[in-house]
Amino acid sequence: MPRIVVEVMPKPEILDPQGKAIASALPHLGFRGFSAVRQGKRFELSVDGEITDAVLAQAREAAAEMLSNPVIEDVVDVRVEDDPAEAGAGNEG
Amino acid sequence: MAQASETPLIGETDSASDGPALDGARIGVVTFPGTLDDRDAARAVRIAGGTAVPLWHADDALGDVDAVIVPGGFSYGDYLRAGAISRFAPLMRRIAESAAPSAGAGLPVLGICNGFQILTEAHLLPGSMIKNDHLKFRCGDQVLRVENTSTAWTAQFTDDELITVPLKNQDGQYVADAATLEQLEAEGRVAFRYVGTNPNGSRDDIAGVANAAGNVVGLMPHPEHAVEAGFGPDDATGMRAGTDGLPVFTSVISSLAGSTAGPDPAGGAA
Repeated sequence: MPRIVVEVMPKPEILDPQGKAIASALPHLGFRGFSAVRQGKRFELSVDGEITDAVLAQAREAAAEMLSNPVIEDVVDVRVEDDPAEAGAGNEG
Repeated sequence: MAQASETPLIGETDSASDGPALDGARIGVVTFPGTLDDRDAARAVRIAGGTAVPLWHADDALGDVDAVIVPGGFSYGDYLRAGAISRFAPLMRRIAESAAPSAGAGLPVLGICNGFQILTEAHLLPGSMIKNDHLKFRCGDQVLRVENTSTAWTAQFTDDELITVPLKNQDGQYVADAATLEQLEAEGRVAFRYVGTNPNGSRDDIAGVANAAGNVVGLMPHPEHAVEAGFGPDDATGMRAGTDGLPVFTSVISSLAGSTAGPDPAGGAA
């Protein structure tokens, strides 16, 4: 069954302390190819039934008003995605 | 008391209203699931001479209170963002309505720590809090400068008074965009500023801000933990003798006493 995926990232001008900590820890494990890390959030909204335009619009509204705080975060994507656990065939959306 | 059985707190919850009747203002103290410092806030109100009124987040009416404190803690486990879920509690909607400039006199509201985070999420105060720049939970005594003494919660401080109160948080870094910061400075709405070290990377060392009307104030440090000699920060007079937080609570009580002579404060009763 498809679901709606919402991705939220800290605003570019907001220093992301968690991302910075991850970036400084990576070289300790030998991962030296990365110059910076920013950490965001991914929400998966399941829907019983079809994902209509109205449901998608609701998801966009929820993303703007609750899932993100516009003072510190941007909603970077709201999209429909197949649930890989149920798709079986490994349908890449 | 109805909420006693629902309130997941250690110890009895109804002592707040058991004391002898006190003169002065009735100040509501909100408890959410995960609130930590409601008892301390209520105690601060009583020590300041007011009557603490326990409020439960799921209540739909504010009842007969003259002011409200949204205390510190980890409401809803800080899920999503600190304060993000609490903002939608029925009582928060009532508080927001009563505190808005359109509500006339505007209910005095104080947000401490997580309460400050809730007030920013509720758009009652500008800006937001993110993780401390050093990523650690910081707990210690902190020097602040009181830079606005015209709010309901700071009137009894002197201008630029230095106070020491405890600070304890992980998501305490105050951030706002450049235009908002400029406006806060221009309008003198930085109520409290960190002095000495900036403990969390907050923009412009901001520890607490006020809304334009001055009835809503939020700060990350904890004035309610510095109201009683023997249990406060160390100061010049002795160990744990500091009571620098007390004027926050006496300020609102005296400003309420003053405002009753003026136009009817309307109250927040629903």
